[in-house]
Amino acid sequence: MTEIPHHSQVWTYRTPRKRLMLWGGWLALVALFVWCWQLMTRDTIWAFVADAPSQAADIGNRMIPPRLSYLPELMPPLWDTINIATLGTIGGVIMAVPVAFLAARNTTPSVHVLRPIALFIIVASRSINSLIWALLLVAIIGPGILAGIVAIALRSIGFVGKLLYEAIEETDARQIEAVTATGASAAQVLSYGIVPQIMPAFWGISVFRWDINIRESTILGLVGAGGIGLKLQASLNVLAWPQVTMILILILATVVLSEWVSARMRHAII
Amino acid sequence: MSVAYPTTWRRPPQIVKDRRWRIALQLGILIYLALAISTVDVNWTRVYDGLERGQRFILGFLQPDFASRWRDISQGLVESLTMTLTSTVVGVAISVPIGIGAARNLAPRWIYYICRAIIAVSRALQEIIIAIFLVAMFGFGPFAGFLTLSFATIGFIAKLLADDIEEIDETQAEAIRATGASWLQLVNYAIQPQVMPRLIGLSLYRLDINFRESAVIGIVGAGGIGATLNTAIDRYEYDSAGAVLLIIIGIVMVTEYSSSYLRKFLQ
Repeated sequence: MTEIPHHSQVWTYRTPRKRLMLWGGWLALVALFVWCWQLMTRDTIWAFVADAPSQAADIGNRMIPPRLSYLPELMPPLWDTINIATLGTIGGVIMAVPVAFLAARNTTPSVHVLRPIALFIIVASRSINSLIWALLLVAIIGPGILAGIVAIALRSIGFVGKLLYEAIEETDARQIEAVTATGASAAQVLSYGIVPQIMPAFWGISVFRWDINIRESTILGLVGAGGIGLKLQASLNVLAWPQVTMILILILATVVLSEWVSARMRHAII
Repeated sequence: MSVAYPTTWRRPPQIVKDRRWRIALQLGILIYLALAISTVDVNWTRVYDGLERGQRFILGFLQPDFASRWRDISQGLVESLTMTLTSTVVGVAISVPIGIGAARNLAPRWIYYICRAIIAVSRALQEIIIAIFLVAMFGFGPFAGFLTLSFATIGFIAKLLADDIEEIDETQAEAIRATGASWLQLVNYAIQPQVMPRLIGLSLYRLDINFRESAVIGIVGAGGIGATLNTAIDRYEYDSAGAVLLIIIGIVMVTEYSSSYLRKFLQ
């Protein structure tokens, strides 16, 4: 009867070496965090930070009660906001469909030239927020609803394009082959083999994006691109906090309603 | 006698099956579009004037000027990156207990409702609106941005983490419970191994989102590269703006690819 003395009696999940590496990783993360924190708060005025609770209480006091009489005045901008989101979504979807077909590996006409370009369009559109697009477009085509619509459309290309091209790549190849076997042309294969398969995904993605766009179009007015954000900006500038509260309540209600509508529609489609 | 078969075939409609409904829907959409487009009043002379500016912007995008404003750009970039990292770390650290509290199979009912309420508030408000308020409270600069992004991170991570915990394999938790484990041991040995890969993946994804958002909240004064971009556009320096945008796109691409690679590596 010999014992094996060098084995620990306590079960552990990892080997000592792995544990050391894990601790090293965590230590590196903490060190990075501390370093970043110091870099970030170099210019922070701590007196303002210490003052924040009283500031918050002050703003809170000014914000209630919300000014209900402001509500009728908010209806036209709200209608504008919904139009920005809807027209922007339509525009974005129209532009995203060809991009998606170029980006999908099974439908792209050239893997080495057009596909990378389409993927770059998708990444560029996704990485720039609609507010930045709006900022640019307000400078280029002037303030107003049109800038908002174009900003929303440009931002939607990436989102819709990415999800749609993934849906296209996931289509069932057998159905496409069956349509091809009947002697269909490329356009007919697209129309009868691929489109019916991605239709539910397409509508689901569009409605989902519309819901996100309602959210985003409420704030586009902050940079002058029309909608209810204009009123928000105007109220903030004159420190009319009761109006700000009213606008925020309206935005919240709109967002919740659009989320409900989109959930219902997606449920009905898929 | 042969029956005359139709020689053409029309694809049956996929989504709205009833013909009357289809017509009503199409009519409704047309009316809405007419109404909506009529509200868009476009000042075409302004658009025409702007085209020249648009051209300059595209030129600036093609020939970005990194050098002349490099000090401002690099400062904004440092603020953005540090803000992104610190807010993600703090946000994830706070959202772990909230996420555990918001999982119905782990927390008592009253804690569950409190945590879900926190998540709902954090998700409902846009980052930029939170940033406006936090800038008003904490003053300009990246600290307000850091708080904004941390707050937004809580809603995102905690919700997905809670949903993930609710969907764990209950048999493993049962096995740990059967050994007489305490609640903490249950979380540590039954829940944590199951949700950890996904939590890391979500944190990396949020890091990516936080960087993108940090470029936006600068517009309302919360520091970061957005402030630099805003200034560049306000001063019509489109070549600098193009440089900033290219840097943003580049960093987002790098984080997106590296995080998807890391997530694959971890799973």
